[in-house]
Order: sequence, then C-alpha cells, then structure tokens
Amino acid sequence: MADWLGPEEWRAVALSLQVSLWATLVSLPFGILAAYALARWRFPGRQLLNGLVHLPLILPPVVTGYLLLLTFGTQGPVGGVLAEWGIVLAFRWTGAALAAGVMAFPLMVRAIWLSLEAVDPKLEQASATLGASPPWVFLTVTLPLILPGIVAGAILAFAKAMGEFGATITFVSNIPGQTRTIPSAIHAFLQVPGGEGSAVRLVIVSVVVAMAALLLSEVIGRRVAARVGGV
Amino acid sequence: MLDVALRHAFADFTLQAAFRAPPGVTVLFGRSGSGKTTIVNALAGLLRPDEGRIAVGDRTLLDTRRGIRLPPHRRRIGYIFQEGRLFPHLTVRQNLAYGAWFAPKDAPREETGRIVDLLGIGPLLDRRPATLSGGEKQRVAIGRALLSAPRLILADEPLAALDEARKAEILPYFERLRDEVSVPILYVSHSASEVARLATTVVALEAGRVTAHGPASEVLGDPAILPAGAREAGAVLTARVVRHHEDGLTELDANGLALFLPQVARPPGSAVRVRIAAHEVILAGERPHDLSALNILPGTVREMHPGDGPGVIVALDTAAGRVLARITRRSATAMGLRPGTQVHAIVKSVAVAPGDVGGPGRAGTGGASAP
Repeated sequence: MADWLGPEEWRAVALSLQVSLWATLVSLPFGILAAYALARWRFPGRQLLNGLVHLPLILPPVVTGYLLLLTFGTQGPVGGVLAEWGIVLAFRWTGAALAAGVMAFPLMVRAIWLSLEAVDPKLEQASATLGASPPWVFLTVTLPLILPGIVAGAILAFAKAMGEFGATITFVSNIPGQTRTIPSAIHAFLQVPGGEGSAVRLVIVSVVVAMAALLLSEVIGRRVAARVGGV
Repeated sequence: MLDVALRHAFADFTLQAAFRAPPGVTVLFGRSGSGKTTIVNALAGLLRPDEGRIAVGDRTLLDTRRGIRLPPHRRRIGYIFQEGRLFPHLTVRQNLAYGAWFAPKDAPREETGRIVDLLGIGPLLDRRPATLSGGEKQRVAIGRALLSAPRLILADEPLAALDEARKAEILPYFERLRDEVSVPILYVSHSASEVARLATTVVALEAGRVTAHGPASEVLGDPAILPAGAREAGAVLTARVVRHHEDGLTELDANGLALFLPQVARPPGSAVRVRIAAHEVILAGERPHDLSALNILPGTVREMHPGDGPGVIVALDTAAGRVLARITRRSATAMGLRPGTQVHAIVKSVAVAPGDVGGPGRAGTGGASAP
C-alpha cells in the first residue's frame, strides 16, 4: 500500500488531511456561535452576518480566494497585522486551511442551524427553572441535543475542505509539500505528460476518503441520535 | 407563604390577579383561558408581566416598581410542566440530579432516596425518558422538581396530558407530597375532583380575575362561586374510616354522621376527604324510609342559588359539613325550600366515585387555616 502511492502523492494526501482537519476543528466553535446567533438572536446586522456566512457558497471560489489574498496576504489589513506577530498565512499550509475552512463554513453553519431549530425551547426553559444559568443551559441541554447536527456539520465541512481547490490555489498557490493538497496535486499531475497515473491514484484516494467520511457521519449520527432518545 | 399580585395585558384580555397562598397545596382553579398558566409562567420568570410583585417567604422574586426581576434560574421554583419536559439525552437518574446540582449547597433539600421511594421510580433510574410511559415520565418530572431544592413547587395541570388511569396513578403522589413534603405547592387545574382531593386553599380564576379565594371547603361549598360551573359543583366533606364491611362497603364517620361508600382503600382510623357531586344529591323533607340509598344527612338549607337553566344549587349545613345539591327549581318550589328549611340530603353510595375520595391533607379539615 505504501509504495502504491509515490512520495509526492503521499505528501499531497497527508497535507490534505492535515489542512482539512485543522480547517474543521478551528472553524467549529465559530460555526456553532454563528449558527446559534442566526437561529436564536434577533440583532441589527443579522442579515449581514447571514450573507457573510453564505457568501463563499455563492461566490466563485476564485473570487473568495482573491478576497482572502487581499485581506490575509502579507500586505492585507489583517494579514499585515498577523505578519507582525509572526503569523503568515499566504502561500503556507495554514493559509490553505483558512481557505478550506472559509469555503466549508456555510455548510457547517447550515447543518448546526437546522439542528438548533429542532431543539424544543421548552426543554431549555425547564433547564432554567431548575437553576441553570444561560451558559449552563447551553452546555447541558442545547449542546448535547444539537450534537448530531454538529457531527454532521463537521464531517460535511471536512469533506468539503478535502475537495477545496479554487480558493486555495488562488490564495496560497500550488507549492509541493506546503499548499499542494490532493485537488491541486491532481490538477498539477494533469498538466505534465505521464502524470495521469498519479492523478488517477489520487482520485481513488479522494473517493475513498469521501465515502469513509459519509459512512462515519452515518454511524456517529445514528449512535448520537440513539443516545438522545431516538428523536 | 406565597404573595402574588400581577397585571398583564394580552391582546384579548387582561390578567389582574392578587392572592396569597399559605403552606400546603393551593389550587389555581379555572377554565382554560382564565389566566392560570400566565400566572404560573410569571412566577417561574418565563413571562414578563407588565406590572406586579411576587414574593415567596421573605424572598422577592419580582417587583416591577422597585425594578427587581430575578431571572428564572435564580428563582428556585420547581416547575412541573404539563408535558413533563424531561431531558431526553439524560437518564432518569441524571434528570433527577440535574436541579440538585445547580441548587445552592446550603439550601434545605429533600433526600434523593426518600423522594425516589415516595414516587416509586427506583426501577426506572437507569432508563432514558423515551422508554418511559406518560405516567412514569410525570413521576420523574415531579421528582426532578422536588430535588432541585425549590422554595415553591409549581404544577401546571400536571395530569392534563394523561388518561384517566394514569391520572388515578399520579394523584396519590401529589397527596403524599402535600402531606409529607414541606415545600408549598401551587397546583393549576380545571378539574373539580383534583381540586377537591388536593387543595388546602383554592384560588378561583375567571377571565383573568380572582373570583374566590380561601380554604378549599369554603370555596367549594359556596353555591355563589362554583368556579367550574354548576355541572361540576360539589362539596368536600372530611370523614374518618370506621370499618370495612364484608359486603364491600366502607363505613365512614363524618362528625357523627355515618357514610357508606364503596370500598375505600385506607385503614380504619385514617382521615379522608370525600367529594360529593351536587347533581348526585337528592333532597327530601321527611326522613325517608325503605330507601335504597344508604346515606341520609339531615341539615338546614343555608343558601339557594338559581342557575341560568331550570336548576338551582342548594347549600345545606349538615353535621358533617357543607353539602351542595343541584335540583330543579320546580322541586325547590314544590318543597317550599328557603333558607332555614330542615331537609335531608340523600346520597347513593355508588354515586361517590373512587377518584373523589382522597387523603386528608395536612390540616385535616380539608379547609385548613385562613390565609
């Protein structure tokens, strides 16, 4: 198995997994917060937040990537500040993770939002009458009840991050071992003569990882749903 | 002591109610839409009333004039909801422990084992709410509220979602709470028999106003109030079990008057409350002889209250207490009934439903002390 993939292909696979995992884990708290705010709070600017969250879903990925470059590039307003602290995103794997996380964010938020709307507010009221302050209500009642949605959202986001191409290549280019994820690698292999074999192998890896993610979400989802009482 | 004064305007009606509730069970009694749930939600802090004051003991939960409004989680009110509202992701044991975990460490609290025994939920502890029957869920919900070390228990029609058999299963637990737990209970109901069995104090509500307020026996025995309407009228007597007869009847003693009822499942010597529905009572001038009905209570007409239809509610004072009879106006005229007339109230034994016989209540007289 190990020599089935060449070293460059292995690097692409490992990098993709690393980028997607980080993208998912780091965006998860923000995803939960955004979903909670959108589902539960009425505040000025709610529509703006809603639009911002969904923008990557409707914009061409290249545009999103370019906007990221403008904002988080070393000359950009945010990127400049981060660079002073020694954090550089452009043309690094961390930048690839940022691009993947941003592109996957709307899917994650929508899944969590949906599960939040299914939570009976009467249970949260019951929790409050039993002495739980709002943060405790969230931790002990809301969060466990939306766990299936969080798991589904995270896995969906992970799968989306694995496949992200347009924004990534625009923002962080296609540097072997640094930002060359599976899709970028496939793209690169197809540009050179004799690269089809590598491309096909990476396509197979992509399909397997995607199927495994789907299966995993199914299994975890079912287990969590059973724990919550089959609702 | 619970002290409530509230005003809240809705689109179609205004709630304006004030009452005090002494220890024991206070039943908020009224038809649906009379404002019962609004009061309970305001007490729990789930609804923000336009104006008002709520105090439990010496603790002020709400005072709009002084700008005090405790959030729900700081009120320490054990709310038993109509639909249970158990947490589906927790076991019964975890549900029971939930409120206790948030209660202040020094709060007076019930012992879990005792409450579990009292409610008979020991075998359910490791199960999840989805696997429980409606009655079991409600018992767990009662336990969860009790174990949160509450200052006050609120029960919002806790039996309304259950069928008759389940109601009969749960009601005795509430009687035990009233008699064995020191937390005051505010119980919302529109069922006359629940009121008769549980109430120490009755607060009758109609269209957002308090129409009657006082010890249960007084409010239920007053023909001018009839919070549930003439059809549901009935007085509550307190009696003591004398002996169980072999033919299946139980003999009771109500202050010197003998009452025979179908088997009452309580040992001789124990006190019971018996609700006698007004429409099951026949009045006779002379003491009748050769009659199939076993219970004859001599008394004096105290008040007569004509209804909208052909009926009239007659309130009698007997040695056993206040009895209501619902008869036709025609009969009342034919018998020449008026306040002061001596009559006999006749009640068939089998007319008293088993659900209308219950435990005595802490105060014993069914009426308790006035607030």
